[in-house]
Amino acid sequence: MSQPDVDVVVVGGGPAGSCAAIVAARAGLSVVLLERGPFPGSKNMYGGVVYPRILDELIPNWWEEAPIQRWVTRRSTMMLTDTQALTVDFRSEAWGKPPYNGATAFRPDWDHWLAGYAEAAGAQLLTDTTVVGLIRDAKGAVVGVRTDRPDGDLTARVVIACDGVNSFLAKEAGLYEHADAKHFTLGVKETLSLPKEVIDERFAVRDRHGVDIEILGGTGKVNGGGFLYTGLDTLAVGVVLKLPKLAAQQQRPEQLVAGLKAHPAIAPLVQGAELKEYSAHLIPEAGLTMMPKMTTSGMLVAGDAAALCLAAGIWLEGVNFAMASGMYAGEAAVEAVHAGDVSENGLRGYQRRLSDTFVLKDHRKLRRAPELVLSDRVQHLYPGMIANVAERMFHVDNPHPKPGVRRILAQERKKAGVRRRDLLRDGWTGFRSFG
Amino acid sequence: MSDSTISFQERMATAEFRVHHDAHIVVDGKVCADCSTRECVVACPASLFVPTSDGGIVFNYEQCFECGTCYIVCNREGAISWHYPEGGHGVVFRRT
Ligand SMILES: Cc1cc2nc3c(=O)[nH]c(=O)nc-3n(C[C@H](O)[C@H](O)[C@H](O)COP(=O)(O)OP(=O)(O)OC[C@H]3O[C@@H](n4cnc5c(N)ncnc54)[C@H](O)[C@@H]3O)c2cc1C
Ligand code: SF4
Ligand code: SF4
Repeated sequence: MSQPDVDVVVVGGGPAGSCAAIVAARAGLSVVLLERGPFPGSKNMYGGVVYPRILDELIPNWWEEAPIQRWVTRRSTMMLTDTQALTVDFRSEAWGKPPYNGATAFRPDWDHWLAGYAEAAGAQLLTDTTVVGLIRDAKGAVVGVRTDRPDGDLTARVVIACDGVNSFLAKEAGLYEHADAKHFTLGVKETLSLPKEVIDERFAVRDRHGVDIEILGGTGKVNGGGFLYTGLDTLAVGVVLKLPKLAAQQQRPEQLVAGLKAHPAIAPLVQGAELKEYSAHLIPEAGLTMMPKMTTSGMLVAGDAAALCLAAGIWLEGVNFAMASGMYAGEAAVEAVHAGDVSENGLRGYQRRLSDTFVLKDHRKLRRAPELVLSDRVQHLYPGMIANVAERMFHVDNPHPKPGVRRILAQERKKAGVRRRDLLRDGWTGFRSFG
Repeated sequence: MSDSTISFQERMATAEFRVHHDAHIVVDGKVCADCSTRECVVACPASLFVPTSDGGIVFNYEQCFECGTCYIVCNREGAISWHYPEGGHGVVFRRT
């Protein structure tokens, strides 16, 4: 074969792509990073919290420069019924100091910032460029990509596909068996503007401290979840919706967001805030169930393109999984190029790194969680049952004496129509996943 | 713009779209004509699939988030042909 144009082509300037490009370029390989939007991050939205500790190695003291909105020092999990709310609220001052934990940030800011490190490392960033297909040799190995630019073919020793949840590249390479609607959720979000002082007061935080609220039960009859995050002078409020149920219930995404915002526990928090931007994006929700093969001769798949996003109810983490898998793909590409073997076997260091780190360990541990969290019982029966138990425990109904908790539990379980067997089984699955 | 007063049009006007003259998504109305589920109509977050009185579907690609929901929920072969827009076009989310 003639000399390829570059060592590595990375497709997609999201967190996975930029980290892959940083690693490969720093190792001295020639790298082109392709992004279809006018700048990295321009096509990307998410709920709002990044967990950047994985960057410690690539960008020491990343927190001094990262374009963050607020450090999350308060994390709440809310369970809603139409008229009730039960919240578990946790705060930690430690999360407001280096090395921090989570931070709210806008993706157009974050992704643009991260891609700057890829460029600084020597990678060539080409924006406004959509990859339209793979170039393969006679044996089927991937040897480059086709773009929509004039004379837009680009050959490479290794292609790293970081092209996000719809990954047409992974599909074209035959790495996905099928795309099933039940494996995806649709996220819709409103970015609202509200003065910083008002946010500080409403959410009881100061300075750059912020709040992450995950919400179960706020999406009516549609299975899904909600979120509310604080930016510096913005709020992000939105819902994540299971696709097959959405159409069946005839409820439109923006109506469900409106419903959440009107809930008595949420309305006072978002009152008076003005819509700044409405946005939508898909999430690969099913974890291990949907993961494709991630390596083929000449190509690696990382981030959402490989369904590596962790969506397990109280956890919605994708950016850290994307950054880590991008890094490992970059390392494996470097190894393979140096060894002169970019076959599937030569690239096997990628799978090993994923297996040995949190990327696949967390997914294995939480493999049953996505299905459990989106199940009808967890979505529609348990929030009401648990809220009623709380309501009766805290309700003072004198002259009646206080009922025992066990009795309340048994009664509410029956009232909700939950079989004891199912409750135990779900509890056990939850315990094994989250415990 | 407080939420209670905002129309869907105003909602969509908050996002920026750099529209290309070629449609990146094409919907074949003939295939849609006898589709009873109409998943796309409910699910598209930009509400770009509009049923017509004669039982068809009109689709307008201009204010599309490029999310992929429509081709994933549509179970009719050949109804939707879906590509990303030309580089540099389509939705652009804002930097601060
Ligand atoms: C509503 C919602 C809420 C979320 N909340 C969180 C959260 O709070 N915290 C968290 O960590 N994660 C969250 N996630 C998940 C997270 O956004 C993703 O896991 C993460 O963005 C994956 O990064 P990536 O680099 O793999 O893909 P992406 O960020 O999707 O990047 C893919 C890039 O590839 C480009 N691209 C695609 N195809 C092509 C092509 N053919 N040619 C050229 N370029 C192309 C795109 O323009 C894009 O820049 C959320 C997701 C959603 C939708
Ligand atoms: S696009 Fe698909 S789901 Fe929508 S009306 Fe046509 S056939 Fe039905
Ligand atoms: S890609 Fe998303 S926004 Fe665009 S038409 Fe399809 S469902 Fe609507």
